[in-house]
Amino acid sequence: MNRIVVVGASAAGLAAVETLRREGHTGTVTLVGDEPYLPYDRPPLSKQLLAAEREADRLQLRPAGDIAALDLDLRLGVAATGLDLTGRAVRLADGSELPYDGLILATGVRPRRLPGEGAHVLRTLNDALTLRERLAPGRHLVVVGAGFLGAEAAAVAWRLGARVTVLEPAAVPLAHAVGAEVGRVLSQAHRDRGVDLRCGVTVTEVTEDGVRLSDGEVVEADEVLVAIGSLPNTDWLADSGLTVGDGVVCDAYLAAAQGVYAVGDVARWYNPLFGTSMRIEHRTNAAEQGMAAARNLLAPEGRKPFAPVPYFWSDQYDMKIQAYGFLRGHEEVAVVEGDLDERRFLAAYRTGDRVSGALAVGMPPRAIRRWRQTIAAGAAWEEAVPAAA
Amino acid sequence: MKVELEADKCVASGQCVVAAMQVFDQDDDGIAILLEEQVGPGLVDDVREAVAVCPAAAIRLVEQ
Ligand SMILES: Cc1cc2nc3c(=O)[nH]c(=O)nc-3n(C[C@H](O)[C@H](O)[C@H](O)COP(=O)(O)OP(=O)(O)OC[C@H]3O[C@@H](n4cnc5c(N)ncnc54)[C@H](O)[C@@H]3O)c2cc1C
Ligand code: SF4
Repeated sequence: MNRIVVVGASAAGLAAVETLRREGHTGTVTLVGDEPYLPYDRPPLSKQLLAAEREADRLQLRPAGDIAALDLDLRLGVAATGLDLTGRAVRLADGSELPYDGLILATGVRPRRLPGEGAHVLRTLNDALTLRERLAPGRHLVVVGAGFLGAEAAAVAWRLGARVTVLEPAAVPLAHAVGAEVGRVLSQAHRDRGVDLRCGVTVTEVTEDGVRLSDGEVVEADEVLVAIGSLPNTDWLADSGLTVGDGVVCDAYLAAAQGVYAVGDVARWYNPLFGTSMRIEHRTNAAEQGMAAARNLLAPEGRKPFAPVPYFWSDQYDMKIQAYGFLRGHEEVAVVEGDLDERRFLAAYRTGDRVSGALAVGMPPRAIRRWRQTIAAGAAWEEAVPAAA
Repeated sequence: MKVELEADKCVASGQCVVAAMQVFDQDDDGIAILLEEQVGPGLVDDVREAVAVCPAAAIRLVEQ
């Protein structure tokens, strides 16, 4: 294996190229990224960067010297536009062709948008800087979508003194992800601060004055942020022969085809630990997957299935939310420590007869770390959560 | 080799503790603390793993 190409120069792509070098690959490693920047971190975009507590230079994932030491063929500011699977080459927007022996796809996701012009989205550094410039005390921000991203941005905007309205189609924000009870507790944090959270309303378009709802009402706004989920960046792979369906479809080893792997937000793979295929938009998953795919690519004979316990966190107002596992599709939630109303609790999630996840707010770190083990071991619900059984 | 931790970037994920228990711990708020600043060959691989998995790019390993 001489030439390896990694497409997407962010958390997952960086983890992949670093691991290739760490594992002793001495051949060419090309890293292609359509953003003009060295890899930077996204989670602070809706937190410290938006709040102007941290500046862009501190978001770089690695100092320039560390990147240089990886001896990469670095192609920044240029998009990959096509993949020739049989000819083993990636086409770039500048017309060049990159032949490869091994390929890792790490192109992430992009925000879903609404019809109409002028709304913000929040995915890139440029998005965050643009939104930040427009947030000021007294200005009215309408956030469409009360998911994790929308909730974080609403919390920061509120702290900056903006007037904030959050519009959410579901009856309870985040209910599909964390359950109705926990979702209700998290969303109460908005209302406690005077953020106007309106649930069960569907926004159909962005207008000059704000947004229009499905019943025709216009909610006026100075700024609109659309945070209604994301779409995997797979358009450039459409005719490649790879299986694409809400992400690049991979096996348990993260392989999408012979010598081709996908990692990070764009990858849909079969996680044997949960016995299901999943696509996860979590920061730690991006790094872990980048590492795992790089290892599997270099040593196919010793390749390992990627079977992690997913982890994510979110910072909203004074709450730090942390979760392990795969909560989606859970059938039962039990509060095993603390108190929901005090917003200091640990909840366990059941899928089938197993513990599939745990979510904590305001709990000491050891409390939740223990559950990582429980989930990794595939522990039976009745044993791990005796009170609920 | 020397381990450097930028605690103000830490997001309390605990990934470093999972990767290198002898080198990292977390305080009551979950913020990482360094148990050892100098690590010998036996721990370098674990720390490299922590550097790689830290979701806040808060850890560095520097040659001296
Ligand atoms: C504002 C925000 C806050 C977040 N907060 C949290 C959080 O608190 N906790 C958490 O766990 N996760 C959080 N996340 C999610 C986390 O940032 C992602 O899971 C992570 O960035 C995924 O990394 P990735 O490398 O897979 O994809 P990305 O970071 O999306 O990177 C993909 C890169 O590929 C580039 N690209 C796309 N198409 C092409 C192409 N055709 N050619 C070349 N390059 C291309 C993209 O421009 C991008 O630079 C947050 C995300 C955002 C946006
Ligand atoms: S892995 Fe990084 S973010 Fe997580 S606790 Fe350790 S230093 Fe903090």
